[in-house]
Amino acid sequence: MSTSLLAFAEAWRLVALGDAKLVEIVVLSLRISAGSILVATLLAMPLGALIAVTRFRGQRATIVTLNALMGLPSVVVGLLVYLLLSRAGPLGALGILFTPTAMVIAQAILVTPLLAALTRQMIGDAWQDTREQLQSLGAGPMASALALLWDLRFSLVTIVLAGFGRAISEVGAVMIVGGNIDGVTRVMTTAIALETSKGDLPLALGLGVVLLAIVLALNVVAHLTREAVQRRHG
Amino acid sequence: MAERSTRDLAPALLPLSLVDVGWIAGGKTVLSGVTATLEHGLRSVILGANGAGKSVLLRLCHGLLQPTSGEVRWNMPEVRGEPRRQAMVFQRPVLFRRSVLGNMTFALGLAGVASVERRDRALAALERVGLAAFAERPARVLSGGEQQRLALARAWSLQPEVLFLDEPTANLDPGATREIEAVIQAIHAAGTKIVLVTHNLGQAQRLGDEVLFLDRGRLVERTPIDRFFYRPDSAEAAAYLKGELPWH
Repeated sequence: MSTSLLAFAEAWRLVALGDAKLVEIVVLSLRISAGSILVATLLAMPLGALIAVTRFRGQRATIVTLNALMGLPSVVVGLLVYLLLSRAGPLGALGILFTPTAMVIAQAILVTPLLAALTRQMIGDAWQDTREQLQSLGAGPMASALALLWDLRFSLVTIVLAGFGRAISEVGAVMIVGGNIDGVTRVMTTAIALETSKGDLPLALGLGVVLLAIVLALNVVAHLTREAVQRRHG
Repeated sequence: MAERSTRDLAPALLPLSLVDVGWIAGGKTVLSGVTATLEHGLRSVILGANGAGKSVLLRLCHGLLQPTSGEVRWNMPEVRGEPRRQAMVFQRPVLFRRSVLGNMTFALGLAGVASVERRDRALAALERVGLAAFAERPARVLSGGEQQRLALARAWSLQPEVLFLDEPTANLDPGATREIEAVIQAIHAAGTKIVLVTHNLGQAQRLGDEVLFLDRGRLVERTPIDRFFYRPDSAEAAAYLKGELPWH
């Protein structure tokens, strides 16, 4: 009891004083997850929108697969990327295993299906209401997809933030492909796992507090965005 | 500029020939054996009871649905991927989360209008329907009547040869309905063929030159507007009018 209280107090001190090591880990985490979300968004949103507005053979199977991949276990993604990037793997020559780049790749693979599936769902609903009008105006699949992405731009922010939350809070993939190397690939989640097993509770707790605060802040932003849009566009 | 001059030279879309057109969905016959030719000039009103197939007929003409039998044949069909030369206004206006002006320029962009021309053409069309002052407002916070006028302005700005209207005033109060009817008259006066589906018989009389009357998926008569209301050719139309205008 007193140990955990002491740990809490120490954790707050680290956060409040902006402990150098803590800040370094937090900044690296944010940079990696921001990078992976950028890549994933650019891939997933056009893809999800196109799946929603086009009719093609195997559409239902594609949607079911995409929805299933939302729950992709992060350790499995980590393992696959590890095999891909390890010396003997197909992309081993790049020599990027155990670098932040590998972590960006792994997180992007993890969240792309999530973003694509959620985008597909949101655009699909809007497509029901706008399909006839867009076809009447002569919009093809590409133009329709882009128009609806723009039309739902504020709601899509929520999806991006959800993806960011998933990316920054996962452990398995970044642990495997990053290696949790101090000062190079150590991010919040891997640090928490390591420090906890080492018994350094204050740093683990401090990072936990920051991680919680980030996830909370993302949700607040998502909520406020939604409200602002409701007010402006009805 | 080049595209506009080619459009002026392009052969006319009309007349539109419906040849034995049928449409079946889920085993239910919605339309069958509809044969008619729609010419330039006359304002055509499609009347009929609920479920008679009016909206489906309009969508078949506009190409939003494909007939399951028969043929929808334009004099000079549109080319897929090229700007459309016909437009449609729906019962519930579909507007995007952009400004009033943004909704206009979006449609003009799809119609292949050069970006430098879009703004002027959009503002001119908004002016004609009395919405110029609202150009910068978000489109979806306009009132129902204003939204429908915007949808009409959007269609009008495309300078379509044919405008299909599917119960454009069904959700509007009498004041807004009058404004919409005035815009439809103006579009007609500017040379666009009007094809209107309505449940409002007063509106049919005010806006129509001829009636195409549908009964349970069949085109049972086609009559000039005055004759339709006083001496319809078919027993089905007479029964419909008796139901709609009991004092008749």
